[in-house]
Amino acid sequence: MSDTHAIAANAAANPEKLQFWMTEDHHPENGTLLGFWLYLMSDCLIFATLFAVYGVLGRSYAGGPSGADLFELPLVAVNTAMLLLSSITYGFAVLEMQRNRKSQTLLWLAITGLFGAAFLGIELWEFSHLIHEGAGPGRSAFLSSFFTLVGTHGLHVTFGIIWLITLMVQVGKKGLIHENRRRLMCLSMFWHFLDVVWVGVFSFVYLMGVLK
Amino acid sequence: MTMPDLTKLLFGRLTWEAIPFHEPILLVTFCAVALGGAALLGFLTYKRAWGYLWNEWFTSIDHKKIGIMYMVLGIVMLLRGFSDAIMMRIQQAISFGDSVGYLPPHHYDQVFTAHGVIMIFFVAMPLVTGLMNFVVPLQIGARDVAFPFLNNFSFWMTTAGAALVMMSLFVGEFARTGWLAYPPLSGIAQSPDVGVDYYIWSLQIAGVGTTLSGINLIATIVKMRAPGMSLMKMPVFTWTALCTNVLIVAAFPVLTAVLVLLALDRYVGTNFFTTEFGGNAMMYVNLIWIWGHPEVYILVLPVFGVFSEVVSTFSQKRLFGYASMVYATVVITVLSYLVWLHHFFTMGSGASVNSFFGITTMIISIPTGAKIFNWLFTMYRGRITFDVPMLWTVGFMVTFVIGGMTGVMLAIPPADFVLHNSLFLIAHFHNVIIGGVLFGLMAGITYWFPKAFGYKLDPFWGKCSFWFWLIGFYFAFMPLYVLGFMGVTRRMSHFEDPSLQIWFEIAAFGAFLIAIGIACFLIQLVVSYRRREQLRDYTGDPWNGRTLEWSTSSPPPPYNFAFTPIIHDGDAWYQMKQRGHERRLEGYLPIHMPKNTWAGIVLSGISLVIGFALIWHMWPLAILAFVSLVVTAIVHTFNYKRDYYIPADEVAREEAARTELLAAHV
Amino acid sequence: MSTHTDTTHGHGHDDHGHDHDSGHSPSTMKGYMTGFVLAVILTAIPFWVVMGHVFTSSATTASVVLGLAAVQIVVHMIYFLHMNARSEGGWNMLALIFTLVLVVITLTGSIWVMYHLNDNMMPGMMHDDAAAMKNMP
Repeated sequence: MSDTHAIAANAAANPEKLQFWMTEDHHPENGTLLGFWLYLMSDCLIFATLFAVYGVLGRSYAGGPSGADLFELPLVAVNTAMLLLSSITYGFAVLEMQRNRKSQTLLWLAITGLFGAAFLGIELWEFSHLIHEGAGPGRSAFLSSFFTLVGTHGLHVTFGIIWLITLMVQVGKKGLIHENRRRLMCLSMFWHFLDVVWVGVFSFVYLMGVLK
Repeated sequence: MTMPDLTKLLFGRLTWEAIPFHEPILLVTFCAVALGGAALLGFLTYKRAWGYLWNEWFTSIDHKKIGIMYMVLGIVMLLRGFSDAIMMRIQQAISFGDSVGYLPPHHYDQVFTAHGVIMIFFVAMPLVTGLMNFVVPLQIGARDVAFPFLNNFSFWMTTAGAALVMMSLFVGEFARTGWLAYPPLSGIAQSPDVGVDYYIWSLQIAGVGTTLSGINLIATIVKMRAPGMSLMKMPVFTWTALCTNVLIVAAFPVLTAVLVLLALDRYVGTNFFTTEFGGNAMMYVNLIWIWGHPEVYILVLPVFGVFSEVVSTFSQKRLFGYASMVYATVVITVLSYLVWLHHFFTMGSGASVNSFFGITTMIISIPTGAKIFNWLFTMYRGRITFDVPMLWTVGFMVTFVIGGMTGVMLAIPPADFVLHNSLFLIAHFHNVIIGGVLFGLMAGITYWFPKAFGYKLDPFWGKCSFWFWLIGFYFAFMPLYVLGFMGVTRRMSHFEDPSLQIWFEIAAFGAFLIAIGIACFLIQLVVSYRRREQLRDYTGDPWNGRTLEWSTSSPPPPYNFAFTPIIHDGDAWYQMKQRGHERRLEGYLPIHMPKNTWAGIVLSGISLVIGFALIWHMWPLAILAFVSLVVTAIVHTFNYKRDYYIPADEVAREEAARTELLAAHV
Repeated sequence: MSTHTDTTHGHGHDDHGHDHDSGHSPSTMKGYMTGFVLAVILTAIPFWVVMGHVFTSSATTASVVLGLAAVQIVVHMIYFLHMNARSEGGWNMLALIFTLVLVVITLTGSIWVMYHLNDNMMPGMMHDDAAAMKNMP
């Protein structure tokens, strides 16, 4: 890009002889990472809507159990730890990718996937436990919004894991080629973005939910 | 497992009862559509056109072809949406006193719902997206959009959504809830049938396409501008397209989320918007308008861009107040998120909330007014030629100002308490949507048609279409203002008071004039095609244009520009002409282009199946289709070879042909 | 138009586009570890504050929790998502700021609007009357 800007600047300085057409090949910058970031921003607004619903309906217990009755904070703490650990292990995978070490990258990706799966397992256990206690998503508007918000995050983690496995296969087959690196960076953004959402979830839903 | 059980498992609630054999209107429509469809399919097979369509259009990732396909979709759906409109106008004109008209209420309710949904989501949106898709890469000197495959996929998702709405006509029924499907009416208790489910899934599928196309065009405008084109040298249409797509990416997620919540209420038994267990239906209204108001600007901002291009081209002057135009667009973009409550002042949030939203709403009229003055000052002392696009533009300026002023009236909360849900509101938003969006789209279609197809549209039939639309509009909607002041509410299929009838008859007359306007437009397309040799545009610049799309041939080659242009001025092409630029005729290089792909149409076809299966509770099919969607998407990601090079000698051939044309005709 | 042959140098971009299209500075071990340690601390404090009943007033607890959440989100953004004003020519940051503005509008706007609605239209059924609701049939 910089050379073309130089051409334009040159031409502007010399108004009599403007150059209007490029003589060499022009490759615009790749937009994938920006486009993916924009997608994440739109996803962020989906979560904002769900947070707004929880903010409005989160205390409509309809005579049913409240957050203080239901939430088990030690479990949430363990779950948060899983997600945080998966984040740093994904970071290690990126570092290995930068050093161009394929098998180490794959190893850290696998560990990340396992932490993600553990997170999902704990969350599913929590959900089934709540439903068994009669606190299912239909019990009250509070529980509807709780299950939907937390469940949507869980669904994202699920798709993240499917994507992670797909990418591991692709890195295994094709190696750390340029496209795969770009895809790994996109998944990295996705994975860390889910962390950010989870910070909102454990603070706004769980921790504030148990306050009277 | 017994036979009925198995049938129920596989087909859910879909039975022969769902096919409307007992409704003569629908049956006749169905026969007509089936015959017409069969004739079209037969004709295509006879012409052996399937391979051509598949290879050159359906799987194409060329932004120009996708743009054209969006326009075709929008125009086809316009015919459907307009038939709904004229059915309503006839019903309301005759259904007085003892006469109940010809549409039973449950059918009438589907008609007005379908009319609204189709006109917004499947007419206005595809037409606007199609224009942006076609024009933006050409205006910024790019060879395609940032994500060509995604572009094709987005188009097919929009089409799948439209197909689902059309299916509801003949398989089951559509929602009877109004175009925004407010609960509790749209809840499972009040609407247990499939209508609302058709609504939900068609919008969700189309919404995926809309959001992705928004992301795509933002990335295109940000990343792919030709060298030298700084933000403040972008053509105004590109600016409005940028802001529109920002609005799309920021607003559609809210619609997606709120429709998911409504779907959960209906499918899973949650209590978001129910009337019990703490649910709050007004939260739905609140959320859907957080999407809904920006949506209005998603439709109108791009046509503001069209008018800006048209006014400066046909006044042969630089646009007056370019910078203020850009700032006004950006201000509207941000403000459009701060006004949503004015759609439900009567909800009862109280004086403080209502005054806040009333004031923000009135503030929006300031940048909009600035735009009107900019256009007027552009025309002032310009050498105006009243070609058809300019007619639409002048028609817009007059009509839109009226619509804007009634809008400001509605922004006053006490006035809104009187006019809420009345025909005054209906008149207002048709005034801005027809007078603004539709006129703008017609101006845009006429303006860029020669670029897309290589020949101009016939001006005589264009003028006929314009005058019938304009006069028809005033006949159809001015009576509704009057009726609104009399307190007549919307969505009624029958009236008792005979003194109202004359106004409805005038409105129906107006609708017939509009029908003639649409017919003139269709005739215009046919006549122009037949006269294409006389109307041919050899120069690529039929209107003495000012922006880059006019620098290339009409229709442009697949690669748009043989050499990437370098930009020194906002009106880049005009400057090139002024400076006596010369086309480069040698030194062609191979051009890197994306390859066609089947993935878009296949993925959206599967999405259509998922939607249909979910609507009819065919759970095994839904699961199967969902799994195959994920698998197909993953398989597609294993395809790493998505591009190819157009060889330099082929570029040279194509450009040499253009050189000959220019030499022969200019 | 259909005559373009698919030439075999299909890999196109791979050859000349290494990592410079990302605009990101390379990640470092130090960055990730700093982020991780900060994130652990910022997670541990709010859990401790709530589980250990450190403050008697729940309003104080809530504001501490929300404040720390905001700080932690910034930490994640900087150290894990590598946000800075330069990535993608500033467009990432611009998109983020715009999104945050809309998030705030959606959240506070909805809560404000719906609070006033409930206050005006259902004065006896405000959220804190859950106890009263329990006694309803």
